[in-house]
Amino acid sequence: MQALMIHLPLVGVLLAAAVLATAIARSASATPVVYAICAVASAAGLAAALLSLTGGLSAAPLVLPLGLPWVGAHFRIDALAAFFLVVVNLGGTAASIYGLGYGHHEDAPHRVLPFFPAFLAGMNLVVMADDAFTFLLSWEFMSLASWALVLAHHREAANARAAYIYLLMASFGTMALLLAFGLLAGPGGEYAFASIREADRAPAIAALALVLMLVGAGSKAGLAPLHVWLPLAHPAAPSHVSALMSGVMTKVAIYGFIRVVFDLLGEPAWWSSVLLLALGGATAVLGILHAMMETDLKRLLAYSTIENIGVIFAGLGLSLAFEANGMGWAAALALVAALFHVFNHSLFKSLLFFGAGAVLTATGQRDMDRLGGLIHRMPATSLAFLVGCVAISALPPFNGFVSEWMIFQAILQSPNLPGWGLKIMVPAVGGLLALAAALAAACFVRAFGVVFLGRPRSTVAEQAQEVDHFSIAAMAFLAALCLLAGILPGFVIDSLAPITQALVGGSMPDQTGDAWLSIVPIAEGRSSYNGLLVFVFIAVSAWLAAYLVHRFASRELRRGPAWDCGFPEPSPATQYTGGSFAQPIRRVFGTMVFRARETVDMPPPGSTAPARHRVEMRDLVWDWLFAPIAGAVDFAAGHLNRLQFLTIRRYLSFVFLALITLLLVLALWT
Amino acid sequence: MNGLTFDIAHMLAGGLVLVSFMLLYQDRLYALLNVYALHALVLSLSVAWQAYVQDAPHLYVTAAIALVFKAGVIPIALHRIILRLGIHRDIETVVGIGMTMLAGMGLVALSMVVMLRVTPEADPLAREDLAFALSVLLLGLLVMVTRRNAIGQVVGFMALENGLVLAATGAKGMPLVVEISVAFSIVIAFVVIGIFLFRIRERFDTVDIGALDDFRGERR
Repeated sequence: MQALMIHLPLVGVLLAAAVLATAIARSASATPVVYAICAVASAAGLAAALLSLTGGLSAAPLVLPLGLPWVGAHFRIDALAAFFLVVVNLGGTAASIYGLGYGHHEDAPHRVLPFFPAFLAGMNLVVMADDAFTFLLSWEFMSLASWALVLAHHREAANARAAYIYLLMASFGTMALLLAFGLLAGPGGEYAFASIREADRAPAIAALALVLMLVGAGSKAGLAPLHVWLPLAHPAAPSHVSALMSGVMTKVAIYGFIRVVFDLLGEPAWWSSVLLLALGGATAVLGILHAMMETDLKRLLAYSTIENIGVIFAGLGLSLAFEANGMGWAAALALVAALFHVFNHSLFKSLLFFGAGAVLTATGQRDMDRLGGLIHRMPATSLAFLVGCVAISALPPFNGFVSEWMIFQAILQSPNLPGWGLKIMVPAVGGLLALAAALAAACFVRAFGVVFLGRPRSTVAEQAQEVDHFSIAAMAFLAALCLLAGILPGFVIDSLAPITQALVGGSMPDQTGDAWLSIVPIAEGRSSYNGLLVFVFIAVSAWLAAYLVHRFASRELRRGPAWDCGFPEPSPATQYTGGSFAQPIRRVFGTMVFRARETVDMPPPGSTAPARHRVEMRDLVWDWLFAPIAGAVDFAAGHLNRLQFLTIRRYLSFVFLALITLLLVLALWT
Repeated sequence: MNGLTFDIAHMLAGGLVLVSFMLLYQDRLYALLNVYALHALVLSLSVAWQAYVQDAPHLYVTAAIALVFKAGVIPIALHRIILRLGIHRDIETVVGIGMTMLAGMGLVALSMVVMLRVTPEADPLAREDLAFALSVLLLGLLVMVTRRNAIGQVVGFMALENGLVLAATGAKGMPLVVEISVAFSIVIAFVVIGIFLFRIRERFDTVDIGALDDFRGERR
């Protein structure tokens, strides 16, 4: 059976749900109906995509008579598309289930409900598209639907600004994509991916297309320095939409990049890997440092998304480097690691955003310094959030560890590369990624510790209530998948083999035959990892330790005064805060990366006012790249504005002068 | 084609350019209209000569249209409009006449250079004709730019259109349909502009387009 015969009707169902939502948005039953339709459609899409990935459905292309006349809309689901359909629909299913509960707290459901199914449909269509026109149309549809969701709570000035910047960046990115596809299609206008794949093109054209693709897809994914919109826009949307934007939409952008650079462009140029590695490493470190400094929980998660995008792009860069040098097996390892990280990040970032949404529902707070102690009030949310934190910090036995470990295994293959440039650069990027991984662990210790541990810092945190069952179910579902993918990574790796075979012409060794489900990136003698054994060991030893402690010490639960530095002051403000936890790292990196300046305002002698400690930080990307561009646009617009108020004769003169100039050019050049 | 026919075609096209120069320095409306009538007359002669040379009878129709409408009906109608508006005494060029003439010479030189360099292989008659046509076109545009009065701009626009007709008839085998449509478009443009003139006049008591700018509340 043809895979598209399932997926295209499902997209139709989602679009119909969007229309239905517009009609019934104001009735009370709208929220459960729309989210239930989305959940069912996404679950069906997930099942079909899993079947396609394992080869159960045919990948035959389909041309629908839509869009451009005589061109039509081409669709095709190959292994790569099937994998990303799994990511999209898994995230969609979880977000829809979460929305069943979370949506009840929405005060303006008619601003969310119509766009949510449309957003899901758009992401599905991007992945299925098999010609440039359909791809760009779906891409823009996805962007606009998510933009409308960012603007859902438009009365807050910060949200309106975030949506504005997002719209600007999205149009800019689409323009870059448009130019890239224009270059790829050539003067003949062959927009179908099949003919783009066959075409011969000059190296300069291919290079330009790659750079434009990096700008277009990178700006959507959040690659530095085009990431500035992401930490503004992702948190502004409702939490389940934030989860979709951060966990899934950035992955769709990565899909677009992989599709063009690995599939359509053909043989990669060696320098493209250098570009990707440098940008990926820098993005990872910059993203996680920002996350470390952030006190808004959802913005912290958005910045952490930037870090993970950096890791994924570094993995893709490694894969390109190996492929350009004819090392198919290493390229396959790096590509599998990157794709696995795509999958993993979609799981735990959605989970963490759901957790942040649950905290927001329960307390109305996103500021970490007004939370704390939630583990007593919201145990289920805390457990799920903890799983997400552990997974994103790349600790075994969860899934984050496996993919990051595989990326480092690929980095360790760099001595086999010919040429000293890459040989030196790859370990340097590895150092950056290691730094980012360590900082990520610190960042999520801080996030979990400040929000869920300690004592409540505000009355809302003190009176928080556990969230509804649908939200908990969605979080538990993702947490279980995080663990499952961590202890059984071999199945995921094997299912990715057709993708690497098609894209880089190599594949990792078959993982199913290894004893105890361990995974072997290259060969048994060099390195292997067994998530199941690690999990069993951790579970058994933890249980044993707990049992022994309780058996031989005491079974009683005791509550005593917390250690309080010798001050018997009961105020929760004396606890570690997010800012104080981040201070050592800010001291080390802040002066360089953020231009951080700490100042102390001392009151004059005799005054009883308190001394104030202030930290100033600046975003250098914003200051050096975006502020000058914005200034230049303002300047040009201010001066061009005068052209709007000229006399008719002046306008005629402009036409006249333009004609004369063109004639002069013609006279001088021919 | 023998030397004489070529010379006559050349003379008529050059005459059109010369009359275009005359349009440039007319500073009274009646004189401007009279020169425009002369312009259309020279055009119709040129077209008729082309019809004779190319043995293309349909071009006689074009010549007749030019003669009747452009040299007859339109100038007379504009005369009456001017009379009814009572503005037959005033006209002002925006730039000085000397500067305008110099600019016109520059434009003729430019169109010669462009045409002669772009079409080295073309038929010499068509080539010269095209160069003159482009000059007439540019001079018409210059008239439009240098006039502040709406009627002056209408005349400039129609002179520009004459240049187009000259170019169209210079090339062999241009079907009649094109010329008829061009001629009628110009009639329609004339009617529309005439109506507009009355509307402007009713509204602002002047056909000086500066009044429009004043109405928009803008400086100049």
